[in-house]
Amino acid sequence: MADRHIEPDTPELRARWGAFAWSAENAEKAKTIIARYPAGRQRSAVMPLLDLAQRQVGAEENTQGWLPIPVMEYVAKQLDMPIIRVVEVATFYTMYNIAPIGRFHVQVCGTTPCMLRGSDDILAACKARGLHKGHTTDDGVFTLTEVECMGNCASAPMVQINDDNYEDLTAADMTRILDDLAAGKQPKTGTQAPGRHTVEPLGGPTTLTAMVDANHDYRGEW
Amino acid sequence: MLADKDRIFTNLYGYQPWNLKAAQARGDWDNTKALMERGQDAIIEEIKASGLRGRGGAGFPTGMKWSFMPKESKDGRPSFLVINADESEPGSCKDREIIRHDPHKLIEGALVAGFAMRARAAYIYIRGEYIREAETLFAAVQEAYDAGLIGKNASGSGYDFDVFVHRGAGAYICGEETAMIESLEGKKGQPRLKPPFPAGAGLYGCPTTVNNVESIAVAPTILRRGAAWFSSFGRDNNKGTKLFQISGHVEKPCVVEEAMSIPFSELIEKHCGGIRGGRDNLLAVIPGGSSVPLVPAAEIWDAPMDFDGLRAVGSGLGTAAVIVMDKSTDIVRAISRLSYFYKHESCGQCTPCREGTGWMWRVMERLRTGDAAVEEIDMLQQVTKQVEGHTICALGDAAAWPIQGLIRHFRPELERRIEENVRPEMSEAAE
Repeated sequence: MADRHIEPDTPELRARWGAFAWSAENAEKAKTIIARYPAGRQRSAVMPLLDLAQRQVGAEENTQGWLPIPVMEYVAKQLDMPIIRVVEVATFYTMYNIAPIGRFHVQVCGTTPCMLRGSDDILAACKARGLHKGHTTDDGVFTLTEVECMGNCASAPMVQINDDNYEDLTAADMTRILDDLAAGKQPKTGTQAPGRHTVEPLGGPTTLTAMVDANHDYRGEW
Repeated sequence: MLADKDRIFTNLYGYQPWNLKAAQARGDWDNTKALMERGQDAIIEEIKASGLRGRGGAGFPTGMKWSFMPKESKDGRPSFLVINADESEPGSCKDREIIRHDPHKLIEGALVAGFAMRARAAYIYIRGEYIREAETLFAAVQEAYDAGLIGKNASGSGYDFDVFVHRGAGAYICGEETAMIESLEGKKGQPRLKPPFPAGAGLYGCPTTVNNVESIAVAPTILRRGAAWFSSFGRDNNKGTKLFQISGHVEKPCVVEEAMSIPFSELIEKHCGGIRGGRDNLLAVIPGGSSVPLVPAAEIWDAPMDFDGLRAVGSGLGTAAVIVMDKSTDIVRAISRLSYFYKHESCGQCTPCREGTGWMWRVMERLRTGDAAVEEIDMLQQVTKQVEGHTICALGDAAAWPIQGLIRHFRPELERRIEENVRPEMSEAAE
């Protein structure tokens, strides 16, 4: 994680984000989140609140969202935490973007199970389309990151783009998905393999076949 | 082969809706009050008798773990159940299927388990990358609240029990139980020294039990069908059914629930369409997620897939995440990529792991291209031994074992590369 760098705290950054405050909707959400933890333990809410803040920043600038220092300060103040404790959390967990990012965060899994199923080809397809690891394209549309195991190993290789997963990818699928997103279209999420539903064996399940067409209740057979 | 009627996760593939109505039609939340009326001790005894061992990797007996929780609070501190849904072990993808397709099994399990250990509430810690899965889980919890199944007087039992969902944000280490507790408290996920153990002082300094999603989600079915039913599957000391996740070089990778102790060959041939290119094309298997050593083809083929059977071949069941590698695999790169994973995920707290994971990865990368001396293989082996067992948590061990397995079984391949000093074109992933 040593290759992550926090965006410097400049007067320009303060001018842009110094007045950050929750939108009305997010203020309500923040209240609900804090209520999940015992009284006096509001600090537990720092992770969900940072996520919420990142999403609001993203919505304001039409990107995937990130966390400028003044935004972290806002969260720290709400939770009565020293700012450094918030910065520690934001820098420790990789899902918090601590520098500006593109509209689509293309996160290709490169860990061994995906590697065995061809994640090299997926990264090559990204490269061929002008995406480079750790960089945002000049038009600000795509940021490419190679990430560690995303837990989709039985439908590898996969990419997570913003909130959605695209699984069982081929290089051609990857190119098509990037093209669709750039054109403002929403590609089909989940598995891209024709005929596959989720993580059953391709071609149809070897077990629980009664579940395919009906919500079967097996209790009668116990 | 396990009969469909004996599978616990009947909606594993999500052909049917996950919602409360559909889940109830499948048998979930069926008179949960009656399960609870058996009493806390009876529930724990039933789970103990079923032989259920923790499904998160370590395999600690679940019923015994629950029994460590205090029976009454002498100082007013509440107890907590924390459910580990931070599934991040390379190869593992079972909790995701439970959460997005059968979330009510987990929530009902949380109530029953939480009641048995006298917990005030459960926190389900779900990994941050499971974004859609977390949306499903939040919605399922809300459904359960709205139906009065959890919350005040949960399921009409007279017991008050809350279930909260907490999303992580991309740190493998938070799957370690004390790191998870730190993270829940709003800190960096760095493991704590033990003792004190979480059952004495865990979340917010209160007695806490941390259980894997699968361990909790199977509990209601075990109680309904009885310990004898669950323990009729698998060999002694390795009872029950288990979600196996097969990835890599099989014809049809999948997640499937099977009886424990099923032979590797049967698992692969019945459900996965066999090894890509046939049995003779199998090189090696990592049978339990990235943290366990690999097993060569000849030794794994007939091995029973359970805790003891895989320990006998020098590996472990872990999370039952089976990573299959055929003869086209660059085996050194496959393990080196895991070394990179551990370097990336080390929390940086203990020096042997923080420095060792990076050092081991750099040497592995040189061994991959043969740009090394033969003596360095021994040096690497020694360093893995210096990392293993010298850190607060098991991440150091987990980083050491795959390399030790590689050296144990593929040393001739490492030496061959050094002799030939092969330098294949740098691939994309290594740029």
